[in-house]
Parts: sequence; structure tokens; C-alpha cells
Amino acid sequence: MRRIYLDHNATTPVHPEVRKAIEPYLEEQFGNPSSIHWAGRDVRKGVEDARQEIASFFGCQPLEVVFTSSGTESDNLAIKGIAYRKGNGGKHIITSQVEHPAVINACRFLETQGFRVTYVPVNRYGIVEPDSVRRALAGDTILVSVMYANNETGDIMPVPEIGTIAREAGVVMHTDAVQAAGKIPIDFGTLPVDLLTFSGHKVNALKGAGGLIVRKGIEIEAMTHGGHQERGRRGGTENVAGIVAMGKSFQLLQSGMEKEVAETRRLRDKFEKGLFGRIPELVLNGHPTQRLPNTVNISFRFVEGEAMLLNLDMMGIACSSGSACTSGSLEPSPILLAMGADPTDAQGALRFSLGWGITDGDIEYAIDAVEAVVNKLRALSPLYTSPKEAKAR
Amino acid sequence: MKGKRILAALSGGVDSSVAALLMQREGWEVIGISMDLYDFSKVTKDRAGTCCTLDDLYDARRVCDTLDIPYYVLNMRDEFRREVIDPFVREYSTGKTPNPCILCNEHLKFRALLRKADELGAEGVATGHYAVIRREPSGRCRLFCAPDETKDQSYFLFSLESERLRRIFFPVGGMHKDEVRRIASEAGLLVFEKRESQDICFVTDDSYTEFLNRSGIKEQEGRFLDRGGNVLGTHKGVLRYTVGQRRGLGIAAKEPLYVVAIDAEKNEIVLGTEDDTLSASATVGRVSFVSGAPPAREFRATAKVRYRHPGEGATVRVEGDHLRVAFDSPQRSVTPGQALVLYDGKEVLGGGWIEWENASRS
Repeated sequence: MRRIYLDHNATTPVHPEVRKAIEPYLEEQFGNPSSIHWAGRDVRKGVEDARQEIASFFGCQPLEVVFTSSGTESDNLAIKGIAYRKGNGGKHIITSQVEHPAVINACRFLETQGFRVTYVPVNRYGIVEPDSVRRALAGDTILVSVMYANNETGDIMPVPEIGTIAREAGVVMHTDAVQAAGKIPIDFGTLPVDLLTFSGHKVNALKGAGGLIVRKGIEIEAMTHGGHQERGRRGGTENVAGIVAMGKSFQLLQSGMEKEVAETRRLRDKFEKGLFGRIPELVLNGHPTQRLPNTVNISFRFVEGEAMLLNLDMMGIACSSGSACTSGSLEPSPILLAMGADPTDAQGALRFSLGWGITDGDIEYAIDAVEAVVNKLRALSPLYTSPKEAKAR
Repeated sequence: MKGKRILAALSGGVDSSVAALLMQREGWEVIGISMDLYDFSKVTKDRAGTCCTLDDLYDARRVCDTLDIPYYVLNMRDEFRREVIDPFVREYSTGKTPNPCILCNEHLKFRALLRKADELGAEGVATGHYAVIRREPSGRCRLFCAPDETKDQSYFLFSLESERLRRIFFPVGGMHKDEVRRIASEAGLLVFEKRESQDICFVTDDSYTEFLNRSGIKEQEGRFLDRGGNVLGTHKGVLRYTVGQRRGLGIAAKEPLYVVAIDAEKNEIVLGTEDDTLSASATVGRVSFVSGAPPAREFRATAKVRYRHPGEGATVRVEGDHLRVAFDSPQRSVTPGQALVLYDGKEVLGGGWIEWENASRS
């Protein structure tokens, strides 16, 4: 069966050059980067070279990069690390209703620890409006955390504007840039942001490695206490292969992102136009233009996202729908509901996210498959009347 | 059937696992599915022995890994609330003692899953139930008790008509439990030693009463009456009692007292002697027959008034959309809300739901 992977916002395949770059670290380069001797020294160099590549990609200083195990850990470190830092008097945090669970649930935890959290709403496109952040500011606000781009819709948030508001108020600004990094240009040097989360496996590196950029001068409390790694901000022996992989990925992006993104955008637009041109009763979820170049989220009216997803899976096409609960079953996306989407439409939503390695042929095959599945499921739906039938009446 | 697709409904237990395996051996393309019926995060703690906890879903997923088939957990929480929990609560609040497992079988395991089968391009659904479907050349399907009498689940399946049975498969239905365990063990399915499921899955760590209270049913003390309407004492709320109950009434009397009737509207419970709990007949509503119609206006059958009831000879008369079932000898604890299932020997004819007898209500 032909297999087409249209779920790059979930994770991505490992780039062959990344694979090549980590090979020595799975073989002779086995040392502990903290060791003084030759075995450690060489590996330490690999970790620090990666840090430098990543700093260069984001436009920050190498020592501002803290390696962690994941985007989720980075978000937790940023949010709890600010909440618990020494001498912190404030108890109020501002975030949005459409954040990743790593942010939402870290905030929910802090609410049980005596903190107050404001979850600002989004407009009908799913975008956080800077003014709503401004209005949410309180005298004791210590942190604003708003994602750079949304994982489900691809919406790009006005992070520079929101960061400026936070900065003027003297509040620390965090952004989860896991989805944005590698898809749109980010320059930490000029961005009014103090903490930025990124992850390796969304950019063709390995699962199990991520990072947090912490602007020089911003103090955070460590959440994982242990050795002196990452200058005491994150204990634990480094995931060397994962870090080297990230370094390679961001290095590849620095030279090739523009071309890569242009190609992804072309294929995404072709896919989107194909679907909207051939299937009636579709709703685009998210902003038509202020959106990542690889993501499209569509509600297929009169069908359930779950049934679509399973049928497409059986045809070899991987995409995603809603949010998975503990059991592994799907629930309507809280993000689409926060945007004010009709709950039935939210139930019929699918996210397709493209990335490295997809061809024109894949896209054409996927359009045909989606059309076939929608037609089949609508034929079973008592609620749907096809345009042809409607005309015949 | 070579290559035709079938859904296997997996509970994480040994029976449904072997059912999936047997369908695969017959040449079907099997898709494993489980139903997410309830917020599992509330049910998982120490709930060994219920239908479908998170741990069971893990087991089901591992079984599918062993069989090398896809596995999906379908979100059916809305259907479950609408078709099972809400009616369960409603029935209780009218003084009945409902049987949610039959509702779950009828509305979810079969109706909703057959709809999913349509959506996923599958011929039908296979489950691990113990009952036998006989497929006749005409296409008509008949339903029989399982040969393993200790496992027989035909009582819970009475509401499936022939038309639906055509798309349903019980691959282990004709087997003995030992054999099913042996097949699982030989095939390396690690569920072969699991315990049986028994409790109602959505009633969690606390009791029925607490569950019903949380579902918005308020308890109120009321009066215990005798058959003549004399007040015998105070009850703690109708939810706590069921017809035929003797223990926990807290009333001193010359001879043991039993719950004979519950009037939820008046919040009154009628008590009587052991003989008063006997019913010579029952009225049955929401009737269905496997063949689609009753065999005659009046016919003989064996009636089971609850799961594990040995069955009693009865004369059944069709009265409009109800059945009037006259037992050969009076039966104890014929409980409104439970199913009454009619058999001809080993064959399930059909059945319905026991209603309140006007006579015993006052």
C-alpha cells in the first residue's frame, strides 16, 4: 500500500543527513560530555557545536540555549521556572486558550499552587489579539506565554506585538515556537521575547530532544535538579545523539529553509485548492493567510473526523483530527471550539501538515483519496444531500 | 470472505481477543476496535473486573500488535451517555432496576458499531459473546444459547433481530471457556489468564446510590407501606431498594418482609411477605423477536426473568405492542426494568422489558 505522511506537525521523518551526523555518537563517540578525559571531550565538542548551530539559527547566544528532553519539558521549565524563581513576588500568569497542553496543563498545575492564570480568548481565526493580552495584565503579572504558531490550525500569532506589550509592562515573555521554528523566520535577537521553546523531532531530527532559549539575564529555577549540566538549569546527562541531530537539522534549515518552505507552501496550496475545488461544504479552520506554510485544517461537513481519519489511515494516508484523550480516542479540538467553531464542524475537522519529502504525486493521490472518503461517508450520512440530488428535487 | 473486512470489538479480555484471532484465521481482514465510553481517567483506579478500563485498552492494543492488525479506540461517549447512562438513571428514578449491559449491547456494541462498520467499509462486527448464531441458507439468522451454560450470554442479546445478526459474528460463542483460554495461550495472547468482567463499568469506586446522586437524582426519605397501605416505617430513598429485597429494610415484623413494589413518584415502597414477592405473570414492553415477529398470537415458551434465572414454562399472549407472560408456577422477584427473555429450548425467540403491574403498584 502506498503510504503518504501528512502529519508533520505531529512529528517528522529523520533527515538522511541528520542520520549520518549522529552515527559517530551511536558508535565510537560514546563518552559523557561532562567527563574531563578524551572520551568526554570529543562528545562535549559535538554538543557545543550543536548549541552553536542552533544559536546561529535562532539569532541568540550559544549560552542562552538550554537543552531539554522535549518541547513539553521546555514549556514546563519556562513557566514553572519563572513562577518559582527566587524572589518572585507575583502570582499572575497570562496565556491563551489555544496553547499546547504542555503550556495549558503546566498553568493548570500552577493554579493548584496558588497562582492565578488568565487564558485569553482568540478571534474567529484562532489568533490571539494583542489587546486582549494588554487588558489581562495585572499588577502582579509575572509571565505572558503565547505560542508562536498553533499546532492545529497553523495560525501565526502576533508574538512581536504581544512581546512588546509584555516588555513595556516589565513582564517576562515566553513563546512556544515548536511549530513555528523551521517554517517561518524567527530572530530571537530582535524579538521582544525572553524564553523560546523549540523541539528536535518537528524539524527532521530525533524524538527526545528539545530546548529552551533563555535570554541572558533572565533567571529561572531549575525543574530537574541534578548535576551542573546546562549551567545548573537542567540536570541529567545530555541526550547527545538527540542534541547533535537538532544541531544538524537547524544547520540544514539555516541554509535551505527558504527553498524548502517555498516548496512546502506550493504543495500545501495545491492540496488545499484541490480539496476546495472538488469537494463541496468544506470550512477552512484558521486564518487564510496568517498561517504556517505547511498546515491546513479543514472541517468536512456532514462527516466525522474520526471516520475520515480511520478510512484515510486504511488507505495509507496519515493525518490528524481533534485531540487524543488518554484512551487514544478522539475528542473535538478545544482549539477549534475556542475559535467559536460549530461543535459539529469541529468534530469533522482534519489537520493535514506537510513537510520534507512530499511529492506532487503524493498530493494528487491524497486529494483523490480524501474526495473518495468524503463521498463515501456522506453517502452514509442521513443529513447530507449532494448538490446533484438537490438539483433533481 | 477472503480479504473481506470485519471489525473486532475488543474489550481487552480473553474472549474478544480470541474472537479477533479466529476471524483472522478464517481469512478476514480484521480491524481491532475498542469503544471509549466514559471518562476513563475516573474509572481506572483499581477497577479490575469491569468491562473497559485504560488497562484493558492497553491489553487490547497489545493483542492487536500480536495479531498485526490496526487498532482504533472509537470515541462513543456521547452515544453511551445518551443510550445507556441517561436511561439507566431515568429507570432508577421510576423505581425500576435497569440492566445497562443490555442497553449497551443493543445500542452501542451492535447498532453503533454496525454503523462504524459501514463507515469503515467492513461487513460486520465480531465480538467475544457466548451465544450461537445459526445462519440458514435463506439468509435468516437464528440465535441460540451457548453450549457452555456457565458462560451463556444469550439473555443479554435477545434484542438482536435476524437482520442485524447477519452482520454479527460470535466466533467463540460455541466454545467452552477452557478452549478459548487454551487458544489464547497457544497463540501467545497474554490475556489468557485475565479475570472475568462483571460489574457495571461506569459505576466507579462508589455505590450505585452515589453514582445516581451525582447524576442529579436526589434521595429523599419516604414511607414503607404494607399491602393495605398502613405505614410500617421510613425508607432512605427509593434508589436504595429493589423488588424482592429482604435485607437492610430495618423493619421489625413477625415474618420477614420483602420489597414488593416501589412507587418512585409517591416516594413509597410497599413491603409484603415472601409470598407477596411471587408473580403469576408479567407484562413486557418494548418487545422484539429475533425472527421479526412473534411465532403466534399465543404461544408456549421458557421465560427467563433475569440473567442466571433457570427459566420457567410460560404461556405468552401478544397484547398490542406488549406481551402478557403467564408463568406455569409463580416466580419470585420479577423485577421491573429487567429483561424477560423467551426461549424455545435452546433458541432465543425474543423478549422485552418487564413493566410495573398495575395491581402491585398501589
